[in-house]
Amino acid sequence: MAVALFAIAIGATVLLGMAAISYDIPRQMGREFRSYGANMALVPVGSPLISKEATDRARALIPPDQLVGMTPYRYEMVRINMQGYTAAGTLFDEARRTSPYWSVDGEWPDEPGEILIGYDIAEFTKLAHGAVVTITGRASNGGRFRRDMTVAGIVRTGSVEDEFIFMHLAEMEDLTGIAGGTVVEASVAANEEELNSLVARIASEIPDVAPHLVKRLTQSETTVLSKLQSLVFLVSLVVLGLSMICVATTMMTVVMERRKEIGLKKAIGADNRDIASEFLGEGLLLGCVGGLLGVFCGYFFAQAVSVNVFGRGISLDWRLFPMVILVSAAVTIAACLLPARRATAVEPAHVLRGE
Amino acid sequence: MNILELNGVSMIYGQVKALYEVSLTVEKGEWLAIMGPSGSGKTTMMNIIGCMDKPSSGSVVLDGQDLSRLNPSDLTAIRRDKIGLIFQQFHLISYLTALENVMVAQYYHSMIDEDEALGALDRVGLADRAKHLPRQLSGGEQQRVCIARALINYPSLILADEPTGNLDETNERVVIGILKRLHAEGSTIIVVTHDPEVAEEAEKTVFLEHGRIANIVKNAPCHDLASSGN
Ligand SMILES: Nc1ncnc2c1ncn2[C@@H]1O[C@H](COP(=O)(O)OP(=O)(O)OP(=O)(O)O)[C@@H](O)[C@H]1O
Ligand SMILES: [Mg+2]
Repeated sequence: MAVALFAIAIGATVLLGMAAISYDIPRQMGREFRSYGANMALVPVGSPLISKEATDRARALIPPDQLVGMTPYRYEMVRINMQGYTAAGTLFDEARRTSPYWSVDGEWPDEPGEILIGYDIAEFTKLAHGAVVTITGRASNGGRFRRDMTVAGIVRTGSVEDEFIFMHLAEMEDLTGIAGGTVVEASVAANEEELNSLVARIASEIPDVAPHLVKRLTQSETTVLSKLQSLVFLVSLVVLGLSMICVATTMMTVVMERRKEIGLKKAIGADNRDIASEFLGEGLLLGCVGGLLGVFCGYFFAQAVSVNVFGRGISLDWRLFPMVILVSAAVTIAACLLPARRATAVEPAHVLRGE
Repeated sequence: MNILELNGVSMIYGQVKALYEVSLTVEKGEWLAIMGPSGSGKTTMMNIIGCMDKPSSGSVVLDGQDLSRLNPSDLTAIRRDKIGLIFQQFHLISYLTALENVMVAQYYHSMIDEDEALGALDRVGLADRAKHLPRQLSGGEQQRVCIARALINYPSLILADEPTGNLDETNERVVIGILKRLHAEGSTIIVVTHDPEVAEEAEKTVFLEHGRIANIVKNAPCHDLASSGN
């Protein structure tokens, strides 16, 4: 009995864990994939930069409710203390939306003269937020520019951004004396088909930009998620099957052990329905207690897996709990059907003869 | 009026004729003893009368109902409503108290009624042991719990297969005393026994041999003689 309880509890644990992970992680990952961002990039055609006018026309073509964010990036070489870095001019409000996974220590730039510096630069230069740095560089007319700027925050992404300096696009344009973005990135909440037609439209209506889908992200988004979910489904099914077999064999032994008692009960007037319902009732209790235990353990299991594998906590949907208990009970009862049949087949005459 | 009629009842296991062409009638209120050597078919006969086995051939009429026409669930209903079983091995459920063991029979019959179950234990002199588990009771006490369980649903026929087989003399006396009282109250009793002292108490003794009735003896009503001699 204890074994059966244990089996069903483990089954429920895995079930809840898997259900929680397959339910929660994809949502989070979906958000994350989209935030890789930028699932569309516009590059200039026939000139080195994309004008603000072309960017606005492209923006107008994207349905507003699907546009998560859209921002130009303008890359220029700058120096701080004779050391060369890549500076990117951008619209911080939009960049926050296209790249929500950026983690910023300090503040996002707001006032003019505020910048973000990448984590690697901060490490190397020992600059903290609040520090004032002097940025120099070459303007388009051949002259040099020089301006003191305040480090508002330090951005960390684990990627190339860690080596960049980010400033307001307007200031970048002002310093270099030339307007426009090197590339425009957009994050559009749309499926692949919609994205494709959007790209086609932009390409045909705005001749001086070439739109590209950042394919890697949208495709991996769907395939990884569906693979993950079917894997989780399979594992849960296998584990439930194993629990069921374990419960069934345990209950079979229980029936064998209780042959005498069952025979006696039948002899004094228990009919098959009484015997079967006693066993199924026991199964139901077993399933519910096991399920409850499993929900409890599964919660911690899911948390642990989520934290260790995906590096984040899980937000559990409470509706999963009764569902898991229900499934456990159903599985246990199903597992008890055969043993219950066995129990009803016990012949009182044979058993009471002492065979 | 006959409560039980066996007409040419046979029970054949492969080559073994456990019971062969047995005919017998039992009147309401009668106390019958069945004796015979081991393997003569006593238990086989009790199982057939107690609706736990169907005979290979022949008919059994219990309380006006032909058992051979009934399906298993009807037979279960008859066991529940008409038969009280007393076993040599007691067959109490080990994890239930004396009282609960009696109430199990109530449960399958109709509804549990603790006071009534206590009353049944009281009738066999065990009211003070109601909360004890079978292993805390002596063999004689366990047999009395078994009797209380058999009586709880007011059976029309009490079947006892070697009720004193596992008991010492003192406890045998107690059990015989209870059966006597039941008989005096009008119960019909069939008791299988090896013990002539038990058989003597019955009105009639049926001797089985090799599955056949070898002899039927009417016992002298000794206690009546004793009372009239006074
Ligand atoms: N299920 C069975 N299968 C085969 N043979 C059986 C079965 N039950 C009983 N028998 C045989 O039927 C015969 C009568 O058995 P039964 O149990 O009725 O004897 P009994 O008179 O009660 O003996 P005892 O005094 O030892 O209890 C025996 O030979 C026994 O081996
Ligand atoms: Mg016997």
